[in-house]
Amino acid sequence: MRFRIYRYNPETDTAPRMQDYEVEGLEPTMMLRDALLRIKAQDETLSFRHSCGEGVCGSDGMNINGRNGLACITPLGELKEPVVVRPLPGLPVVRDLIVDMSRFWHHYRSVRPYLIVHDPVPEVEFRQLPAQRDRLDGLYECILCACCTTSCPSFWWNPDRFRGPAALLQAYRFLADSRDQETESRLDELDGPYRLFRCHTIMNCAAVCPKGLNPTRAIHAIKKLMVEHAI
Amino acid sequence: MKIARRRFDTLVIGAGGGGLRAALQLSQAEANVAVVSKVFPTRSHTVAAQGGINAALGNVLPDSWHWHMYDTVKGSDYLGDQDAIEYMCRAAAHLVYELEHSGVPFSRLEDGRIYQRPFGGQSQNFGGEQAARTCAAADRTGHAILHTLYQQNIRAKTHFFDEYFAVDLIKDDEGFVLGALVLEIETGEPLLIEAKTTLIATGGAGQLFRTNTNAHINTGDGMAMVLRAGLPLQDMEFFQFHPTGIAGKGMLITEGARGEGGYLINKDGERFMERYAPKARDLASRDVVSRAIAIEVREGRGCGPNGDHVLLRLDHLGAETVHKRLPGICEMARIFLGIDPAEQPIPVYPTAHYTMGGIPTDRFGRVVVPVDSGEEAIPGLYAAGECACVSVHGANRLGGNSLLDIVVFGRAAANDIIKFLRENRYHRPLAQDGVDAALAHLARWDRRTGSESVAALRAELQAVMEEYCGVFRTAEVLEQGLDKVLELKARLDDAVLTDHSRVFNTARIEALELENLMELAVATVTSALARQESRGAHSRVDFPERDDQRWLKHTLFYREGRRLDYKPVRMKPLTVEPFPPRERVY
Repeated sequence: MRFRIYRYNPETDTAPRMQDYEVEGLEPTMMLRDALLRIKAQDETLSFRHSCGEGVCGSDGMNINGRNGLACITPLGELKEPVVVRPLPGLPVVRDLIVDMSRFWHHYRSVRPYLIVHDPVPEVEFRQLPAQRDRLDGLYECILCACCTTSCPSFWWNPDRFRGPAALLQAYRFLADSRDQETESRLDELDGPYRLFRCHTIMNCAAVCPKGLNPTRAIHAIKKLMVEHAI
Repeated sequence: MKIARRRFDTLVIGAGGGGLRAALQLSQAEANVAVVSKVFPTRSHTVAAQGGINAALGNVLPDSWHWHMYDTVKGSDYLGDQDAIEYMCRAAAHLVYELEHSGVPFSRLEDGRIYQRPFGGQSQNFGGEQAARTCAAADRTGHAILHTLYQQNIRAKTHFFDEYFAVDLIKDDEGFVLGALVLEIETGEPLLIEAKTTLIATGGAGQLFRTNTNAHINTGDGMAMVLRAGLPLQDMEFFQFHPTGIAGKGMLITEGARGEGGYLINKDGERFMERYAPKARDLASRDVVSRAIAIEVREGRGCGPNGDHVLLRLDHLGAETVHKRLPGICEMARIFLGIDPAEQPIPVYPTAHYTMGGIPTDRFGRVVVPVDSGEEAIPGLYAAGECACVSVHGANRLGGNSLLDIVVFGRAAANDIIKFLRENRYHRPLAQDGVDAALAHLARWDRRTGSESVAALRAELQAVMEEYCGVFRTAEVLEQGLDKVLELKARLDDAVLTDHSRVFNTARIEALELENLMELAVATVTSALARQESRGAHSRVDFPERDDQRWLKHTLFYREGRRLDYKPVRMKPLTVEPFPPRERVY
């Protein structure tokens, strides 16, 4: 099977280049990560992040034949040859398939992605009814792989100011939590022309999310909450 | 060589649940904490834990911490230390409520309380009816807990050193641990982190085996650092094989699948666990179920064209339950097998899963070594979670007890660290010898000559461990295994990297990880060869019985001369009567 992989080592390369590899003995049910590991066994200079191998740790987000996804859950059988693998777009490249995620983490931290409760806590658990808990489904499962944010044109245009789909999904995860007590200030922090409102419902985020989540829907729900709270 | 230095009250190595729970406690106590992790914290392997965390909340069926303690002692095949087990089981409910208060999205019962499911080895009333003790966030409990702990650490303003690899501990002549030499992966630059206290929370070493449920990063780095620092590892022969890894691939299928009512069948469609564990059946302890599956396959009752696995049936539970309670494994089965478990059974086989052994600690998380007739703590050094051996899991860990272990002992270690910091207010002078040794260790990989490749040696090691140190063991097989592991270790000296760049050189990281795995392979096989009995996960065909007379004791392995030592099991709980060893039936 043929692969064309983005290579860049800042110590030796003046510019990025694409390198071709041919790997024998791959099966269609194997994942792209398996192929990358085969390549790395032959050429250990190829660098990429990966860990769990089952789509839960979020390490190996990359751009695969033009579409963001996780290498470890992308079956080779679904890929057209040569398989073109590039780093996630829209973030600075550190080396090969490894991008600098600082900006992504900055936006994540900025939405205060943690439960805030001001009342004294009970001796046992907070009661949360199944219907209330169901509202967190489709939000809490995010693995922070950055596939969505780096596929979003609004993020490419305003990477400093637009929070991006992943961070906004997390913002809504806490707005939607019946236990959280910071709704007003969370909404205030997202007001203004950029942080939230740069979303133009392009929906790339939902199209690429390897966990099947829908950040656009969450963004829409935040807007709705803002309207409700404004009245 | 002049290298950059940073100073903190506490260095936490590893950002899984144990490290993060400790860091949170410390940051909230206004200690100055650095968390070093070779991956971004939410990539740590806690994220992959599925089924849940045990605590006797009694939300679904009656329960008590004391029953939980009994089950854990029995599950450990009586090798667990009963003071630590009592401590853990008593603390469990409080710690689960605390996790809930910090935001963990637990699944819920109709009245809004935390959902609990039955898991293996759980009973009411000291061996009676099945209990339901495992608190779950669907089948993504580890993800939910890890993300919540990381989020609360953001709130507490913990210092994170993301993508820094810890190379070696720094010790002084008096035995104090003064921090560690770490490597910034992005720049390739070494950094010295000086700390009054160091907590190792680096997780397990599932990468010792070819087919495993573990992440690529689970190379037991902290355990190997401890060995290199001249300290022992405890009970390394006890490695858990999870009964239900996806056959041939290794991805974990949670025990919660059987907790929700799933069961195993052989090629004749027989529910074979009824023969091995008449009462608990599919919810017997993991060691019992894994052995049963291995026997079914060995005796020709395996499924599939090669008869090399059994099947896990869930289709009788109804699509709604399966999809609602086990969404993660449905996703996994779809991606890796192309099936929906609500309709088709999952092919499974025992798969390397969990390191019961590790760095010997007491229930305060202090790393301890034998001195004369007792034990002594290494000043400034702590360990928690899978890398530690408290020992609450003994010879076999119960499902749902590892998430509990990490939060209980992460917190306990932090509390003891806070006390230590109060009594040791200043940094001790740095031991330059220790720094030089660590730098020399790192520099070894700058060598340009050699003929072995790291990736090939790692693959060979994993194959050897699987073949010679698997579910069933004999002296003959283990001896061959030891020879092979030692030979591989010798060949590692001749390994060379072709990539000597500095920036994000993952080849160098993998080389350092392989060194760690080699140390642990030697420790594991040596300890396994010496223990002439069958107990929990350590199953010797040539010594099929448990032998409390000779072997009711913990193994200690030292790197120097591959020396073994032993220490007694702590049979005395904190407040209740001991549970003396009994025949273990499920």
